[in-house]
Amino acid sequence: MATAQRSLVLESAGPRREVRGHETLRRLGRIRTGLVGAVLLALVLAAALGAPLLAPYGPNEQALANRLRPPAWASDGTLAHVLGTDPLGRDMLSRVIWAAQTSLSIAGVSVLVAMSFGVALGLLSGYYGGWLDAVTMRVADIQLSFPYLLLAIAVMALLQPTLANLIIVLALRSWVVYARTVRGSVLSVKEREFVEAAIAIGASDLRIIVRHLAPNVLAPIIVISSFQLAELIIAESSLSFLGLGVQPPTPSWGGMLSQGREYLTTAWWLAVFPGLAIILTVLGTNLFGDGLRDALDPRLKV
Amino acid sequence: MASVVLSRLVQAVPSVLGVTLIAFVLLQASGDLTTLLLPAEASDEVRAAFRRAYGLDEPIPVQYLHYLSRLAQGDFGRSFAYNRPASQVVLERLPATLELSAVAMAIAVALAIPAGIISAVRRNSLFDRLSMGVVLLGQSVPTFWLGMLLILVFAVQFQVLPVSGRGSLAQLVLPSVTLAMWLLALLARLTRSGMLEVLSQDYIRTARAKGLGELSVTTRHALRNTLIPIVTVIGLQIGSLLGGAVMTETVFAWPGIGTLVLDSILKRDYPVVLAALIMVAAGFVLINLLIDVLYAYLDPRVKRSA
Repeated sequence: MATAQRSLVLESAGPRREVRGHETLRRLGRIRTGLVGAVLLALVLAAALGAPLLAPYGPNEQALANRLRPPAWASDGTLAHVLGTDPLGRDMLSRVIWAAQTSLSIAGVSVLVAMSFGVALGLLSGYYGGWLDAVTMRVADIQLSFPYLLLAIAVMALLQPTLANLIIVLALRSWVVYARTVRGSVLSVKEREFVEAAIAIGASDLRIIVRHLAPNVLAPIIVISSFQLAELIIAESSLSFLGLGVQPPTPSWGGMLSQGREYLTTAWWLAVFPGLAIILTVLGTNLFGDGLRDALDPRLKV
Repeated sequence: MASVVLSRLVQAVPSVLGVTLIAFVLLQASGDLTTLLLPAEASDEVRAAFRRAYGLDEPIPVQYLHYLSRLAQGDFGRSFAYNRPASQVVLERLPATLELSAVAMAIAVALAIPAGIISAVRRNSLFDRLSMGVVLLGQSVPTFWLGMLLILVFAVQFQVLPVSGRGSLAQLVLPSVTLAMWLLALLARLTRSGMLEVLSQDYIRTARAKGLGELSVTTRHALRNTLIPIVTVIGLQIGSLLGGAVMTETVFAWPGIGTLVLDSILKRDYPVVLAALIMVAAGFVLINLLIDVLYAYLDPRVKRSA
């Protein structure tokens, strides 16, 4: 409330008007990039969901006669394999599309796990304070100051690189961001009059948290989720690249790139296309997140 | 001053203990050590004797305490693969990783801060738009893929730089640029937004009003106040820089901690993996401690609030 009033005052102060005009223009520009992000993200989502229809071949269909074919536009490329084939004769285009399914679903589920865990902890520790708050924030501090990837590598190497372990390790990276942001929002929201009023009419703690606090932390949660999705797509592909994430023969962009590294000097297409897929997805998600932030909560720093 | 150091030290203890606990739990969860270390045909008596000899028959909490006391004496276990102390194996690889990280950090800072300043001062200019585009790309490219692209272009296509290895200056170029890119993007964006914020402050107007030149306003008044949060971010990003170093080392076969850890995983040489994890974490906590103390020294307000 207070900030809304302040910005009204600012707007009515004459000399600032020009600055505000620039600001609005800038914001519009940003939201347009947000649209570009949304379109990119929608394309990748469509590829992931429509993989069985869109991909010309199955992810592990091998044609050994067509091993290591370059893309269609290269001299001995073939239109049957537009983006070429890998050393086992698998179609690159099909694998890139199927891998979208793998990467998006793993990153998506990990974000959901991290969100549930982080938001719950953030709400509780922000509302109750005390030892729970102290312990949560201490653990968060410790974790944030850590070389996460090294920890993730050690965990995945010493435990089995199963799907469940991968999701836990990825969620471990993101919960802190949720917990901290939600806790911060709760700390300021719980001082507001409507929460006091709810306490005064004898609402239970659960009701206050669910009905009054949670809706007020929704905007930052949505914005964070989009940035975390990008973050976890990169983390998953890094682990898969090292052989510690998604295991073959399941197609993943990181796994494909690790094969591409072996053939870097002879078959460039193995290294280029899966990487382009990652960068388009991450770029789209980041742009979308920027747009969301500007639309929902421009002051949010994430 | 002493109280700051002391309170930060006390705060650092749980961090280091936390890592040792994680390392210990991981080692326990990785399976029966006797199947890892003894040949498959070893009899049950031999296995039992082995467990007794290495204290593996004791209760888990007791084993953890033994583990801690060995760590406190600098004993990180023996590497199975090299049959030498694991700590020695890790320390030998440390200079390579430090060299790579330091050069990458230097590149990032040297390019990002001037770029951020120019972008802020010439807001919406062609330079600003271009550099912000590069920033956006830089933050969306996975480090290891950037490394592979640079190899494709500069080592395979144009053959002007070596593909991998460490030793010559030419071999340092691609890995350090790869590792620098992401930090460069982050710092350029922060410098730009920080400068924009500071440039709209009243004291900047005052500085201009008293007739200072633009250069002086930008560097002496605006930049100094922008640098404080940037130094904080640099400190906070050392962890991510290390993660990036692991990926970069893998792509360029750079003989640092990252490649050591991955080789050791393949050889199931777990003492080395865990020694690297614990030593890096401890080094990390130490760096953060130093930064905190440096802060208290630079900014008297921190000292009072500590």
